[in-house]
Amino acid sequence: MTGETIGRRAAPARMAYWQALDSGRILLMAAAAMLVIAAFAGIAALQPSINVRVAVAFGAFIAFGELLRLALPGGREAAPIAMVGAMAYAMLLSLPGQGRTRYDALLVVAVAAIGMAVGALPHIAAGRPAGLTGMCTRLVAVSCVAFIFRPIASAGFVKLPTAVVIPVIALVFLVGWLVDTLVGALIRADDVGARFSVAVRDEMRLQWPLGLSVGASVIIAVIGAERIGALELAVFIGPLLVTQLAFRRYAGIRATYLQTVRSLARVTEVAGYVEAGHSRRVSRLAVAVGRGLGLAEPELLALEYAALMHDIGQLSLRDPIPGGATLLVGPDDRERIAKLGADVIRQTRVLNDVAELVQYQSRPARGHDPAPPLGSMIIKAANAFDDMVGGSTDRNRSAAALERMRLDPVEYDAGVVAVLAEVAARRVPSRL
Amino acid sequence: MVSRAARLYIGLVVSVAAVLVAILLERAMVQKDFYLRQPHLAPMVALITLQALFLVCDSGTTPMTSRQTRWSPSSSATLAAVVLLGPVPAALVGATALLSLQRHLRLAERMFNAAMYALCGLAAGEAYLACNGQPGLPDFSHFRTILLAFAAAATVHVIANHGLIWGVHRLNRERGIWTRDGLESSVALLLASDLGYACLALVIASLWPLLHWFAAALVLVPLFVARWAMAQFAEQQRAYARTMSALCQAVETKDYYTRGHGDRVSRGAVMIARQIGMSTDRTEAIEFAGMLHDIGKLGVPTQVLQKTGTLTEDEFAAIQLHPMRGLEIVREIGFLFEALNGIMHHHERMDGRGYPMGLAGHEIPEFARVIAVADAFDSMTTTRSYREAKSIDFALGELRNGAGTQFDPVLVEAFIAAMKEEGWELAGPAEAPPDPATVTVKDHDDPTAPLPVVEP
Repeated sequence: MTGETIGRRAAPARMAYWQALDSGRILLMAAAAMLVIAAFAGIAALQPSINVRVAVAFGAFIAFGELLRLALPGGREAAPIAMVGAMAYAMLLSLPGQGRTRYDALLVVAVAAIGMAVGALPHIAAGRPAGLTGMCTRLVAVSCVAFIFRPIASAGFVKLPTAVVIPVIALVFLVGWLVDTLVGALIRADDVGARFSVAVRDEMRLQWPLGLSVGASVIIAVIGAERIGALELAVFIGPLLVTQLAFRRYAGIRATYLQTVRSLARVTEVAGYVEAGHSRRVSRLAVAVGRGLGLAEPELLALEYAALMHDIGQLSLRDPIPGGATLLVGPDDRERIAKLGADVIRQTRVLNDVAELVQYQSRPARGHDPAPPLGSMIIKAANAFDDMVGGSTDRNRSAAALERMRLDPVEYDAGVVAVLAEVAARRVPSRL
Repeated sequence: MVSRAARLYIGLVVSVAAVLVAILLERAMVQKDFYLRQPHLAPMVALITLQALFLVCDSGTTPMTSRQTRWSPSSSATLAAVVLLGPVPAALVGATALLSLQRHLRLAERMFNAAMYALCGLAAGEAYLACNGQPGLPDFSHFRTILLAFAAAATVHVIANHGLIWGVHRLNRERGIWTRDGLESSVALLLASDLGYACLALVIASLWPLLHWFAAALVLVPLFVARWAMAQFAEQQRAYARTMSALCQAVETKDYYTRGHGDRVSRGAVMIARQIGMSTDRTEAIEFAGMLHDIGKLGVPTQVLQKTGTLTEDEFAAIQLHPMRGLEIVREIGFLFEALNGIMHHHERMDGRGYPMGLAGHEIPEFARVIAVADAFDSMTTTRSYREAKSIDFALGELRNGAGTQFDPVLVEAFIAAMKEEGWELAGPAEAPPDPATVTVKDHDDPTAPLPVVEP
C-alpha cells in the first residue's frame, strides 16, 4: 500500500532519535535532567537523614504505577497510579509513630525519578517505547508540587485541622495537574501540529476525569498515611486499579472502533469503486487540514470518520465511476452519491455528525444557504486534491491541482485551500 | 421469565435473610455491648451514612458486556459496615438494596437483592469476627490482623454474592459464569473489580475517625470516575456494533436477495456459540465474524456474480477467492485471530472439498465451522431469484444430510437444539426486486444448488 506521512513530526523511520526531537521536547527533557541532577547533588551535599523504609515504599509504589501505564484515546499515555504515589509522597504530612515528616523536596524528586526509571525498565526490556516524554512531564509536575508543598509541610502545617489541610492539598495538587496538562499539551501541539490553545483544551477535556480520580486518591492517601503508615498504602492501589481497568477498556474499544472504520472504508477500494489508498489518503489530508484550521479533537475524529467513509455512497451505484474520481461526474450525481452515503451512516444512529459532513461533501463552498459545514468543505478539497494528485508526491502536479482549486473560489473555500497547500507542501515521499 | 424453581429459591433466600437478621438484631439489642464498646463512634450516624453510600453506589451500577452481569460497587459500603459496625449493621446496610434507585427493578428483584446483600453482609461480618477482627474504629497498630480479617470478609462477601446470584441463573437455565472456555472473562473482570473495590471499604474505615462522612464522599470520586469510564466504554461498544452493522448493510445493497444475510448469519452463529457454551468474548467475536463473512464478495466482479449459465473455471476461482478478499479487508481490525479464521475458512467442508484451502474435519477452525452452518441455513431459507425460500424444516433436514460431509455434526445438532429453544425469525417475504441490476442469479452459499462449473 502506498501512503504518505503527513504532519510535521511524522518523519521517516530512519531518522535518528535526536533528529526527531523538537524544541519543546528538548526543553522538557533538559528541565527534567536538571531537576534530577539538582536532586542527587543536593542530597549528596546536604546528607539529610532519610527514612529509607518510607522512601523505598513510595519508590515501589511509583515504579508499580509506571509499570501499569495506561493508553488513553489519541495515542496518549498516562500513569495514574505512579502519579498518586509521587504526589502523595510530595505531600505526606505525618506518619504513625513518627509524627511530622521532615524531608526536602529534593528527596521527592530523587525518589520519583528512581521509581519511574525502575518502572520503565520492564517496558524497555519488552521492546516497548520507554515513554521518556511522559516520565519527564510527570517528574516536572511532581517537582512543582514538592517544591511548593514540602516547605509548608515542614513548617508545622500538620497541626492544623483537617478541614484546612484538605483544601490546601487539593489546591497544590491542582497546580501540579495544570503543569502536567499544559506540558502535555505543549508536546502534543508540537507532535501533531495543532494550535497550542486547541491542544490545551483537548488535553483538559480528556484528562479531567482521570485527574479528578488521581486528586481524590492523593488526598485519601495523604490523610490515610497518617493513620495506617506508608507500607500499608498499598491498599489504596486496589480501587485505582479498577479505575484504570475501566479506562483501559474504554481506550481499547475506541482504538478498535477507529481501526474497524479504517478497514471497512476500504471496501470501496476492494470493490473497485475508488483507487487503492484513496480513503486513507483523503482522511489524512482532511485531518491535517482540520488541525491547521484549529478544530478540536472530537471534531477531528468526526472529520476522520467522515473522510474515511466519504465514498461509501458509491456502493449503491450499479457500475463504478471510472477511476473512482467523483470529480468526473456531474454535480447532481455527486450530491446524490453523497446523500446515499450519509443515509448509510445515519443508520448507525450514533454518527449523525459524521453523516452530516458526508452529506454536504460535494456542495460548493459559496452560493448555498446555509453554507456547508467546515468539515464538508475540508473533505471536498482533500478529495479533489487526491483525485487530481493521487498517491504521487510530484510537486508540480500538486501545485497545478492547488492552482486549479484556488481559481475556483465558489467550489472550494479559500481558507481551506490555503491550509491544504501548507499541508501538501509538508508531504514526504512514501518510503514503501 | 422467572421459572417456578427460581421463584421458590428467591422466596427461600428472602425468608432466611429476614429470620437471621431479626434474630441477630434482637440479640444485639439485648446485649447492647456494641454501643458500650464504641464511645467515639456515633453508630447510628455511621449506619445511616453507610446506607446512603450503599444507595449511591448502587445507582452507579453499570452494565457489563454480557447481559446478566452488572457491575455494582455497593459492596464497599457493606464491607465498611463490617469493619466499623459489625455483622448485623452490615446486613442492615445491605438490606437498603430494597430502596434501590434503579427504577426498572421489580419488587421481587428488589427483595432478592436486599436479602442477598443482607446475607452477604452477615456472612462477611461473621468471617471478620472469626478471623479476630474487632468491629469498631480500627486500631491500626494491629494493621496486619485487620488486613487479614478484612481479606477473609471480602472473599466471603464476593463468594456469597456470586454464589447466590449463580443459583438464580442456574434455576432460570441461563448461562452461568463458567463456560466451555473457562471462567467468563467479564466475570473475571468483575471479580477483580469486586476485590479492588473491597479495598475501598478499608479506606473508608481507616479515614473514618478523621473525616467521618467526608471519607465516604471522597472515596466516591474515583468510583464515579471509573463508572463514567465504564459508561463511555458501553456507549462506544454500542456505537461500534451499530456502525459495523450499518456498513455491512451498505455492502449488501449491491445484491438484492442477500440483504440482511450478514445479520442473520451473525444471529445464527451466536445461537450456536451460546448453545455450545462459548465464552462471551468469543461469542462477540463470532457475531462480528458472521456479519462480515461475505464482505469479500465485493471483490468479485459483478458480472461473475450475475452471470447466468455455467461458470468457467476462472470465474469459479474468482468466487472461491472471496473469503481471502474478506480477510484482506478486515485483517487490520484488532480482532480476535479466530474471527479472521472464521471469515477466511467459512467455505471449507468437513470432507476437505471446500475452499479456499481444502481443510478437512477439525483442521477447519471452529469459528468457520459455526459460520458455515448458519450461512447455509440462511441461504436456504431465503428467497433466491431461481427459487422460493425453503421451509425451516427442509433446511434443517438438509443440514443433517450434510452433517459429516459438509458440516460439523455437533454444530448442526447444536443449531437445531438452539432453534427449538429460541425459534428463528425468517427474513421478510421477498418482493420483486425494484432494480434488476441488483440481482445475482446464483448463490454460492446454497448447498441445494451447487454452482454449475465447466468440467475441466
